[in-house]
Parts: sequence; C-alpha cells; structure tokens
Amino acid sequence: MSMTATVGHAHADPHHIGIVVEHPGPASKRIVTAYGFWVFLLSDIVMFSCFFAAYAVLVHQTADGPKGSEIFEQRNVVIETVCLLLSSFTCGMASIAADVRNRLWFYLGMAVTCVLGLIFLTLEFREFADLVSRGYGPSRSAFLTSFFSLVGCHGLHVSAGELWLLTMMAQVFAKGFRADILRRMMCFALFWHALDIIWVAIFSVVYLLGSGV
Amino acid sequence: MPAGRTVEAMMLGKLDWSAIPFDQPIPLIAGAMVLVGILAVLTWVVVKDHLPYLWHEWITSVDHKRIGVMYILLASVMLLRGGSDAIMMRIQQAVAYQSQGYLPPEHYNQIFSAHGTIMIFFVAMPFVIGLMNLVVPLQLGVRDVAFPTLNSVGFWLTSTGALLVNVSLVVGEFARTGWLAFPPLSGLTYSPGVGVDYYAWSLQISGVGTLVAGINLVTTVLKLRTKGMNYLRMPMFCWTTLASNLLIVAAFPILTATLAMLLLDRYLGFHFFTNEAGGNVMMFMNLIWAWGHPEVYILVLPAFGIYSEVVSTFSGKPLFGYRSMVLATMAICVISFMVWLHHFFTMGAGPDVNAIFGIASMIIAVPTGVKIYNWLFTMYGGRIRFATPMLWSVGFMVTFIIGGLTGVLVAVPPADFMLHNSMFLVAHFHNVIIGGVLFGAFAGFEYWFPKAFGFRLDERWGKVAFWFTFIGFYVTFMPLYVVGMLGMTRRLQHYDVAAWRPWMMVAAIGMLLLSIGVLAQVMQLVVSIRNREALRDRTGDPWDGRSLEWATSSPPPVFNFAFSPDVRGEDAYWAMKWRAKVQQLEDHPGPEYQDIEMPRNSPTGFVCAFFATVMGFALIWHIWWMVILGGLGAFATFVVFAWRDHDEYVIPAAEVERIDRINIEERRSLVSMAGAA
Repeated sequence: MSMTATVGHAHADPHHIGIVVEHPGPASKRIVTAYGFWVFLLSDIVMFSCFFAAYAVLVHQTADGPKGSEIFEQRNVVIETVCLLLSSFTCGMASIAADVRNRLWFYLGMAVTCVLGLIFLTLEFREFADLVSRGYGPSRSAFLTSFFSLVGCHGLHVSAGELWLLTMMAQVFAKGFRADILRRMMCFALFWHALDIIWVAIFSVVYLLGSGV
Repeated sequence: MPAGRTVEAMMLGKLDWSAIPFDQPIPLIAGAMVLVGILAVLTWVVVKDHLPYLWHEWITSVDHKRIGVMYILLASVMLLRGGSDAIMMRIQQAVAYQSQGYLPPEHYNQIFSAHGTIMIFFVAMPFVIGLMNLVVPLQLGVRDVAFPTLNSVGFWLTSTGALLVNVSLVVGEFARTGWLAFPPLSGLTYSPGVGVDYYAWSLQISGVGTLVAGINLVTTVLKLRTKGMNYLRMPMFCWTTLASNLLIVAAFPILTATLAMLLLDRYLGFHFFTNEAGGNVMMFMNLIWAWGHPEVYILVLPAFGIYSEVVSTFSGKPLFGYRSMVLATMAICVISFMVWLHHFFTMGAGPDVNAIFGIASMIIAVPTGVKIYNWLFTMYGGRIRFATPMLWSVGFMVTFIIGGLTGVLVAVPPADFMLHNSMFLVAHFHNVIIGGVLFGAFAGFEYWFPKAFGFRLDERWGKVAFWFTFIGFYVTFMPLYVVGMLGMTRRLQHYDVAAWRPWMMVAAIGMLLLSIGVLAQVMQLVVSIRNREALRDRTGDPWDGRSLEWATSSPPPVFNFAFSPDVRGEDAYWAMKWRAKVQQLEDHPGPEYQDIEMPRNSPTGFVCAFFATVMGFALIWHIWWMVILGGLGAFATFVVFAWRDHDEYVIPAAEVERIDRINIEERRSLVSMAGAA
C-alpha cells in the first residue's frame, strides 16, 4: 500500500492541477548565453541604482560649492546623448550585418559605433577636466562626489565597451562569423544597448532635473 | 623627500619593512606556521610529482563537481583560520577581567574583524556555493553548469580574496573596524593604515567571484534542466539554490558599489561617507545592510534546501508541503530585501519607519516557521534513520528555533534599543548562522560526501563531532545571551564588571567543546579515508535517496549521466527505483549510447586570479605600475581565452557505455538484494 502510494505521488501532476506541460530539456547554447548575460546586465543595473541612490541622497549637499544648474552645459550633454543614441543604432546595424554574415557592413557598423563612443568619451572627459580645473573636482563637495561617480561609472562602462568592441572586430577578422563569436556579438550588443538605457536615466535624473532647479 | 625614497615610493608604494609585525609574536608565529604548512604541502606535491595531476585534474578543471569540492576545501581551511580567531577572542574575554588580557587592543580589533569577514565571506559563502555547485547540476539531471569556465574563474577569484585576507596577517595589518567597516571609523582619517584596504579589495575581488557564481547558478536552474524537470518537480535544494542565487545577483552589486564608494573616499578624497563636505555616514549603513540582510538569506536558504533533502531522505517520505515550501522560499527571497533597516533601528529614522521595518522583520519569520513545520511533518510518521546528516538537521531545528525567536525579539524596536550592539545580538546571529548555516553545511557535507568521493564518512566520528559541536554551541553562546542582558556590549577587549566574568569562563569552556567537535570532524576525515574500501559506495545510492544525483555512480563520471534522465514527477529517482522494482528489472534494450561533448579544461580561472591577486596587492599598497600590469594581464588572459578554437572534447560512445555498464551492474545487485529482503 505504502509503495503504491509513493509511486502514485511521484507521478506527474500529484496535485491534480490539470494539464502538465513537460519541460523539453536544456535550452540551446545561444539562449543560455544570452540569458546569463541578461542576468549579468540586471546585476549591473542594480549597481548603477546604488550610485543613483547616492546621487539622490547627496545632490543638495553642495557644501557651499556649485549646484548642478551652475555647472551643467546642456549643449555638451545634448551632443553626448545624440552620439550615444546614434551609436546604439549603428551597433544594431552591425548586429544585423553579423547575423547575415556581411563583413563589410559589420565592420562599418562597428567602426561608426566605435567613433561615436569615442566622441562621447572625449566630450565627457572634457567636461570632467574643465570642472576639475575650475576647482569643482569630486573632492569639492558630496554633490560633486556623487555626480562624478555616477557619470564616471557609466563612462568607465563605455570605455570597457570600446575595448570589447575592438576585440570583437578583431575576433570576427580572425575567426569569421563562428557560432561562439556570434553569441559574443549578441552579448556585446546587449551591453551597449544597456549602457544607453543607463545614459537615458543619467540624462534625465542628473542633467535634466539638475539644470531645471 | 630624498631622491632615493621617491624611487622607492614609486616601486613599492607604501610597502616597506615596517609592514612586517616583527614586534608582535602572535601574528608572526601564526604567519610563519601557515607559511611552513604551505611550503610543506607544496614540497610534498612537487617531490611526489602530484603537480601535473593537480594542474590537469583540479586547478584547470571546469567540472562543476571538482569546482564544488575545491570551494568546500577552501571553506574548510578558512573555517580553521576563523575558528582560531574565535578561540583567541573567547580566551581573551575569559581572562581580560580588570586586566588587559593577552591581546593588545589593536590586535584584538583586527581579530574580531577578520573573524567575521572570514567566517561570512570565506567559510559560509564558499561552503554553500560549493555544495550548490556539486549537487545542483546532478539534481537537475544535466552535464554541467551553464558557464563552466566562468565557474572556475569565480572559484579562483574567491580564493584570491581569501589569500589577500591571510596575507594581511604578515604583511601589514587587517581592518580594525569590525566585519562591515562602518565609516567614519573606516575612513582615511581614523583608519589611515592598509587594514581597511585589505578588507575592501579582498571583498571586491571575491565579490566578483560570487556574482559570477550567482549568475551561473541562476542560469543553470532556469535554463538547463533535463527533460521533464518542470519547476514544480525540482528537488527543494534546487529551489533554494535558485532563490539564494537570485539574491546574490540582486544584492552583491550593492556591496560592490558600496565598497567602491568607500574606496573612492579613501583613495581619491571623495565625500560619500565623510563627516566633511556633506558626506552621509548613514547612507553607508543603508547601502551595506541593503546587501547585508539579503546576504544572511543567501547563506541560510541553501541550508534550508539541504535540510529538506536530508529530512525527506532519512524519513523515507516525500517532503511534506512541497509547494508551501517553494512558496515560503520565494517569499523569503522577496521579503529579505524589505527588512534591512532593523540592523540600525537606533539610527533614529522615527517611530513610523522603525515600526514598518519591525513588522516586516516579524513577517519574514512566518515563511521560516512554515518550513520548520514542513520538516516536522515530513518526519511525522516516517521511518527515521538517525545517520549523521539527520542529526545535524534535527539539531538545526531545535537550535534555529531559539535563534529565530531571539531574532523576533530584537525585531521589536524598543527592545532593540536596549539590545543593539550587545552580546545578546552576538549570541543571536551566531545562533542562526551556526545553528542554521553551519549545521546545514555539515549536514550537506556528510550527506553528499559519498557522492563526491565514492565512499561514506565514518558514522561514529561523525556523531562524536555532532554532539561536541551541538553541546559546545549551547555552552558557548547561551552565556552570551545572558551577559547581553546584563549590559555587556560586543567587541570588548577588557571589562571591569564582575557579574560577566563567570559567564565568559563558561563560554570559553564551550569554545573548547566546539574545538573538540572540529577536531573530531578532522579525525572523521582521516579515519574515513583510511577505511575507504570498507566504506565504499558501489551503487551510487548510499542513503536510499530520492533525487537524481543518486541515479548516477559515486563519484559520478565527468559527464554525470550517460543518458539525460527523463523526469516524470517529483522525487524523480525514487520513482525510477520503484518502477524498476515493479517491472522486475527486465533487461529491455535501452537507447544507443552516444558521443558526449564536454567542455575542455582551462587555466583561465587560475591565471585570472593570479593577476587579480597581483592587482589587489598592488592596489592595497599603492604600487601603481603593478596595478597596471595586473590589469593588462587580466585583459590579456580574457583575449587569449576568447581566441581559443576548441572549447569542447568528445567522449566516444564506447567509453560512455563502458563506464555506464559498471554502474548498472552494481545497481542491479543492489535492487535484487532489496527485492529479496
């Protein structure tokens, strides 16, 4: 009796909830890789959210130093934003080119993405250098600390992305559109787009709200 | 500054001979002993020519079982280190009544900081991650984790962190700030030495390793399950692994960000947590506990999973209330992010905020209570076998209830105002972490050891270890509740209150019992390895298990399963066994054996950790050229890894068949014996 009861329990649908859809088995490598990378991106976004939280806490702690509205240059920020958003588009073009295995368009898309990213980084670096030279470095006040950290953290990510981008191009050059290279390209594209999303948040929370006050 | 000193500063940063504590015999002797130990092991390895074996089979291995074993080995070694710290503290508090004891304050402060850091990050974490690594792919019926090479990277980065903490024993100093390094004490003004830097960089590096492990295991559970392994058929340990690793993915980035801010304050003069220029110290508290509270559930949830497996197996019954257990696990997973403020009710956030967090803290006890009842009802009416894993589980239930109740007590804000930072709190969290996490880790260790190594552990020594640890725990920590009520605060290097002294003496005796427990466990290993032929597990199913890890041989072949198991319900292996018995083991021809592709070994993890160690050490001592070198090395490692052309090798079908046949024969003899009985 106890044996049949145990066997009965072990069978499908022990709780009588109706149809049981059988799990088909392990997912393909492409899905596993992309999924894992998404999970990483989510964790990265959690990290950014800490810097956003710190910024929100410290934004008014200017210690008699400058406020956001006194130091943000909107024209600079607009150009930065346009560069980054455009680079997401060209990165998307490169992804499509990789999927259809078109080397020319792939290189072109990646190269333009790279240049746009570099322009963004240059503008950001100039903004930072200018602030530091005016005595408004991150040590000036808690507000500037949180501003430099949040925006700088994004900048570091973009720099890492540039390194990855160049490695990616070299990989395609040396190995062609192999399955594992394409998976990496997919992850790179996810990364680059995620950085765009972060930038949109920075643009809104830091620069738009900041210059309005 | 003379020119010579400038060059030296460029080459060596802040490092010079004063970093070695020649005037302090205790760390120096301890360090020398560790060094001698390491050298002895290395010499033995080289002389006996074990190096190639170690390199090919372990160090470069990407096999989840091997990596799991290495995690557990790291945890065990670090348990001895953290335990030594604990012994030193208990002795100090037993003798330091109206005297300075034998440990000077600056050394004592390093010891309690190192004890906490090591026990949480380098004992509890690697122990549970090791068990998850070892068991979860087997329970899911798959051949490896989602990202095998990254798994190896994660392990080696964790080891880097552990290494750096131990280097601080001899070169420089460790933090004197407690295990969470609260500012402003941990800021540059009050901690100008390298102690906090050792602390922060080891945790940053090992934190990356933990995050990698978390991503890996989440992806494994969600995307790599064998055919028919629906979510609600997964063994409980897989569910708690999922919950725990979701918490890792969501919480560890907070730790990374918080420590990054602290480091920016210390290295570049930022003002996140300083007292000047608008910095906010309480922001550190909020951030660190937003990680720290989920962290305790990251540790205890896998332990809950282990108890579920053990209680069900040794009661010979399916887990009672499986679905409520799943629900309770996921509820804990979510609520654990909503209670962080109870770690600092005394911040003064006001009655409303404190009330909300107090109530949330009590609510999270509910799903935990559900679990306790489920385990009790699983045992009810079962045919219970009190093997060592079961002893640890029952010991846990008793102990954890006490710890949980004192937890609900300190969740009441007015009570917490009295008990905050007292020995009562110390007793409470040791009650839940030893009684919950460590007992669980030991239960899992005893339970899955035969799976990992192919022979069981000696039961007699296992029971000796259990009883000494169990009783030792009560003798050590119950007195701490009492002195907490008597007003003793934590982290006291010496004291003048006569009423505390007898309790501290009792606690020291308890520590002795606990140490005997640990020694008994070492003895258990030695005895079991000696008697391994007698203790051999030939069938792969030594405990009459219920989940898929017992469906393969012990130790499992590198590919785990010759055929991917087809799961038809909960307790998948139990059902398979009964089906086999009912069908009288007719030898109907199975499907054809096929070639199996497995990931190739890779030294990436080890090399990466080498550069991380170089970089971490250089950052701690401000040796900037070495930082750059370490960074370049790590990047180069990744590029070389990305350039590889063959990441898999093939095990031919004939070989798979040969290995599988052996196990089938052993198993057949077991089932026919069971049928005769």
